[in-house]
Amino acid sequence: MTKRHVTRRGVLRTSALAGAGLALPTYLRAQESGFTNAPTGDTVTLGFNVPQTGPYADEGADELRAFELAVEHLNGGGDGGMMQTFSEQNLDGSGILGKKVEYVTGDTQTKSDAARASARSMIEKDGAVMISGGSSSGVAIAVQGLCQEAGVIFMSGLTHSNDTTGKDKKANGFRHFFNAYMSAAALGPVLEGLYGTDRKAYHLTADYTWGWSQQESIQSATEALGWETVENVLTPLAQTDFSSYIAPVLQSGADVLVLNHYGGNMVNSLTNAVQFGLREAQANGKDFQIVVPLYSELMARGAGENIAGIPGSQNWDWKIENQLGERYKGTNAFVQSFGKKYGFPPSQAAHTCYAQTLLYADAVTRAGSFNPCAIAEALEDFEFDGLGNGPTLYRAADHQCFKDVVVVRGKENPEDEFDLVEIVEATPVEQVTYEPDHPMFSGGSLGSCNAGA
Amino acid sequence: MDALILQTLNGLDKGSAYALIALGLTLIFGTLGVVNFAHGALFMIGAFCAVTLQRILSASYVTIDDSRTDFLGNPMEVETPYVHAWFGESVGAGIIEWSVPLAILFSIPVMLLIGFVMERGLIKHFYKRPHADQILVTFGLAIVLQEIVKYFYGANPIPTPAPDALTGSFDFGVLLGFDPNVIIYPYWRLVYFAFAALVIGAVFSFLQFTTFGMVVRAGMADRETVGLLGINIDKRFTIMFGIAAAVAGLAGVMYAPINSPNYHMGMDFLVLSFVVVVVGGMGSLPGAVLAGFLLGILESFASMTQVINLIPGINQIIIYVVAIVVLLVRPRGLMGRKGVMEE
Repeated sequence: MTKRHVTRRGVLRTSALAGAGLALPTYLRAQESGFTNAPTGDTVTLGFNVPQTGPYADEGADELRAFELAVEHLNGGGDGGMMQTFSEQNLDGSGILGKKVEYVTGDTQTKSDAARASARSMIEKDGAVMISGGSSSGVAIAVQGLCQEAGVIFMSGLTHSNDTTGKDKKANGFRHFFNAYMSAAALGPVLEGLYGTDRKAYHLTADYTWGWSQQESIQSATEALGWETVENVLTPLAQTDFSSYIAPVLQSGADVLVLNHYGGNMVNSLTNAVQFGLREAQANGKDFQIVVPLYSELMARGAGENIAGIPGSQNWDWKIENQLGERYKGTNAFVQSFGKKYGFPPSQAAHTCYAQTLLYADAVTRAGSFNPCAIAEALEDFEFDGLGNGPTLYRAADHQCFKDVVVVRGKENPEDEFDLVEIVEATPVEQVTYEPDHPMFSGGSLGSCNAGA
Repeated sequence: MDALILQTLNGLDKGSAYALIALGLTLIFGTLGVVNFAHGALFMIGAFCAVTLQRILSASYVTIDDSRTDFLGNPMEVETPYVHAWFGESVGAGIIEWSVPLAILFSIPVMLLIGFVMERGLIKHFYKRPHADQILVTFGLAIVLQEIVKYFYGANPIPTPAPDALTGSFDFGVLLGFDPNVIIYPYWRLVYFAFAALVIGAVFSFLQFTTFGMVVRAGMADRETVGLLGINIDKRFTIMFGIAAAVAGLAGVMYAPINSPNYHMGMDFLVLSFVVVVVGGMGSLPGAVLAGFLLGILESFASMTQVINLIPGINQIIIYVVAIVVLLVRPRGLMGRKGVMEE
């Protein structure tokens, strides 16, 4: 019989190892089923991480409404919304794989650190098996990185920077929303038709990842038309009064102002540009024009009548099925469902969040598992229809959705408070598709899927 | 040259807002000795006075128009403002259109009341507490106020346009002998500058030429002695707090057409306004006004493309660079009195 000596050093070592093991975040501990937060009971928890405070709180609130609606439909409530029109008829209102869907929410505050903290909390404390949401590319990229490390799927909400599925793409991250390159590719021919090929553009650009990405894309597209870029001025994200940046525009020799701004920045810079008379001005013998590459309904509401006639692009518009027909089926089902519940039409942010939730649920059903790697495989090169954007591909190479892009312009005489933009055209997906190794998207790699165990 | 003139105008315009907010901050600091971090929130509430009056004047009754449908396919609900029904469509539309100038009258009693309630209800309990406590409580109050506004009005900016007669731009260049359209400047921003000059002039006149103002100035110089003379200086200082709130509120009302009001606009101005007060000299009213315009102009010049190309990023730090230089060279600020905030 061997006598084991218990030493003080040995006890300390063992305690330290045990303590370290217990202190590890939940998601770093191996699960029985081999992946993070594998649902064990009869429910599954999704985490919706949206801006609930801060300048994008209204957009976040609309995203949250869409998530709640999607969960209601997945659990068999309501009229089923786009589940009825989705080309894959795997979702039957019995939850996901028979498990009732529950959800937790986090507040990103539109700050990367706060968004990561709330996503981490939802994964570690609440056991969320998927994270979705967001209204900023900086936040989306930060949370996508966290989800990759944690071994959960990230179905991004509104994020438009090329980098999200470009240099910062991740194997666990998937984007339904369009991107800056697609906006520019769709807008280019429309701008040529509206304003010709002999134009001089002055850019004001928000000084962060999305702004740089948007500016690079639209400059490239307009220069391909023959436009000259006179100047690109980076403006601080916290800027509120853009008069100092707007005032020199007319003297620069430019005859088009491109506002690579979003949210409050865009509302203020456009308002200031209109105050300085740019919409009525003449330059180089032509009418001066303003372009806002990325539109949102909430921005249009904030800008009021200043937005009238100004072209831009959207991922989706609630009127598209009525105006452009059956190709965009699913739109009316979603608008009816959302409108009856909340009393107003959904924004494009709400639409993309709703679509992402259904796409995730469908992928789980097809994969037969909540394992993120199985879900990723089910989403890669997945072709679908009936979610309001027409035929769509979730490309395996970068986890970016490819679909038609909606080119819009501010409506001159809105009939009501929801009728703020008019659809100019839906640019076919072929025109906005690019190779995975396109220079604007190069520099990163998806890496391999992380199941977390 | 034309660019310099344009940026000078811009600077005067920006400086108007800085000067008005800094003037109120200095009034409160000079009279009550309180560092009021809720002052930006008062500016924001002023802007929302304009939004509120616009909504009051636009209050509507609903009729159903069966010939049109809403987004759900139901008969369209058409809203008609009461003022259209009462005064006819053109007069009614005119009243709504002039809601921002009318909000000046609306905001003064509202802001005075808010100022009195703030001072009597909260801030007076912090007179004898350290400045750090005052900063914490007023900063907390600012967050509470902005969250209340967000709850009722949402986070999205709310368009609050100027009257049609005051939109558009004035061609300054032609006056100065330049070609047309070289130096154009929005009418409303010129109105803002004139309005700011008027308010600043009124505050200085009030303090300089009225008995009330004389007592307040005496109290600012030596509160104890004025009290020993049997004058209730506290009551007068409370009124000054209300006046400072009204000045911030008026600055906010008139700012509403320049940038659509949102709940965090006060915070955007607060830090800059404190820098203005420090550069001007704590407790110095002329210093606050001078520094407001000076920093507004410097900020505008720093935003010029030529300057940014020369020193990238200067537009984002110029105000703070100036503040550092002034504090190093003249710690009491441009027009500050020796000893203020130095104990």
